[in-house]
Amino acid sequence: MEQLQAFFKGLVTTFPNALPGNVSQGLIWGIMAIGVFITYKILDFADLTVDGSLSTGGAVMVVLTLNGVPIPIGMLCAFLAGCLAGLITGLLNTLLGIPGILAGILTQIALYSVNYTIMGKSIASVSVDQYPLFLSMRRVAVTNGFWTVALELGKIVLVVAVIIAALYWFFGTEYGFTIRATGCNPNMSRAQGISTKKSTVIALVLSNGLVGLAGGLLAQYSGSNDVNTGRGAIVIGLAAVIIGDVLGSAIFGKHFNFVAKLCFTTVGAIIYFLVLQIVMLTGIPSVFNKLFSAVVVAIFLAVPYIRKSMKTSYRRAARISMKNTSPTDGGDSDA
Amino acid sequence: MLELIDVQKTFNAGTINEKRALNGVSIKLEDGDFVTIIGGNGAGKSTTLNAIAGVWPIDGGSIIINGKNVVGDPEHKRAKYIGRVFQDPMTGTAATMEIQENLALAKRRGKARTLKWGVTRREKDEYRELLKMLDLGLENRMSTKVGLLSGGQRQALTLLMASLQKPDILLLDEHTAALDPKTAAKVLELSDKIIAENNLTAMMVTHNMAAAIKHGNRLIMMNNGKIIYDVKGEEKKNLTVEALLEKFEQASGTALNNDRMLLSRNSEM
Repeated sequence: MEQLQAFFKGLVTTFPNALPGNVSQGLIWGIMAIGVFITYKILDFADLTVDGSLSTGGAVMVVLTLNGVPIPIGMLCAFLAGCLAGLITGLLNTLLGIPGILAGILTQIALYSVNYTIMGKSIASVSVDQYPLFLSMRRVAVTNGFWTVALELGKIVLVVAVIIAALYWFFGTEYGFTIRATGCNPNMSRAQGISTKKSTVIALVLSNGLVGLAGGLLAQYSGSNDVNTGRGAIVIGLAAVIIGDVLGSAIFGKHFNFVAKLCFTTVGAIIYFLVLQIVMLTGIPSVFNKLFSAVVVAIFLAVPYIRKSMKTSYRRAARISMKNTSPTDGGDSDA
Repeated sequence: MLELIDVQKTFNAGTINEKRALNGVSIKLEDGDFVTIIGGNGAGKSTTLNAIAGVWPIDGGSIIINGKNVVGDPEHKRAKYIGRVFQDPMTGTAATMEIQENLALAKRRGKARTLKWGVTRREKDEYRELLKMLDLGLENRMSTKVGLLSGGQRQALTLLMASLQKPDILLLDEHTAALDPKTAAKVLELSDKIIAENNLTAMMVTHNMAAAIKHGNRLIMMNNGKIIYDVKGEEKKNLTVEALLEKFEQASGTALNNDRMLLSRNSEM
């Protein structure tokens, strides 16, 4: 009973205060999730590189900032570092024939060492007091007043909007078409003169570039980067993609177009962090975060399947058959 | 013009599953030739088309398209010379992309892809006119995802795509086999029309002997990875299904073993 009281008290007091922070985190992870969308949804490639490349982006961001490199250039480099990680996975897959999931895992593991080497330690901090960081979680604290918080949120929304606009353009070009075709039907793509290897690599590079950029933003936001930042990132990314997909399909139905899908991927990430916050308010220790993410993804992945089997299943067929077929009298049918 | 010279292909070489699929296939097609290919199970009909398309590298021989030996080019590079329609209607199109986007992909076959728009307004007008020709009402559904079309509609669209950028050679691999008889007849008729109007050089694998006789100006029969019978002109026109079966037994020394072919011997196309 006491626990329940504490939970509702938290819901009324802590939750609103944490809201801007959760939304900002959701938006930043939304960029990462858009990267996952490109590989998982468009290319049909479950890319696990992201668990490593997120922290790579953060490591590059922090180290460059500490060395006096301007913030925008640091962010560009975080993006490029992610691109490089995606390139490695792409080459492992297309040139050396290593299956996609395995290629991603190999790069991810290798990046753990690379990220540590870039930072020279397992956690590197960069203080917003000493450097003109683009984002900081300190600025989204509600005690700063409405305008400071709104400005900070506005900046992230702007970045997300620019990314979505750029991707809308890119996937509408001849080049973007080749990636979409490759993800949909590689045989047909080759018959139409598309090098499926090339488009696979380009999609992986682009996807991990966005993940690296998200890592760079996340490092600024939290003021530090940890070699373990990206552990389980793919699951959060997938959660965002899937929550967004389920929600968007429910709202838009047939009109759920490309831009809406990208927007809802970000919305999915925000929802994820809000729900996570509520779960944490119940007093469950934060070590259960990852269990929570896995359960969320499992549920949302299972929903379409369960829905389908509710409409049509052997058990249902048997039930309907029992109800509608009255046994013929006296077993005449056997005769 | 297409020429195959002594093309060889063995699958799973050195294993218990070793299969000599093409055993010295040689044929020369003139411009405008429309060749139908028949033969028993595993005779090498589809394998021949796949060899030309470059689905895998061949083990020996030459494939010459318009005077250029293309055996060193991978599948996507050879695509610039070749239009293809497959047996499975799912294979020829991208299901999650729109009709007009699929056409736009085909329009750019063999061309360098750039950062220009993937499908332009002017193109859409062109596609609308071409789709009208199919007489399937697709011109009003240009932004429909291809996955929502029926098998026959998809094959008709794939045919249009294969001819959108005039191919040096059109390869039809049992492209009506997965369709119901009525739709199959319609798609075949459309194939004839597209080949004639664009004066295309084409090869069509079929299991329907009547169709093989009726369509095209030349017929080849394959067995054990070799061409065993090649007939054209008047002689081909006067062929009958019975005569074909007899030819097969004569040339191969065995009875024809293609069940689907035998089952379809009486059906008219």
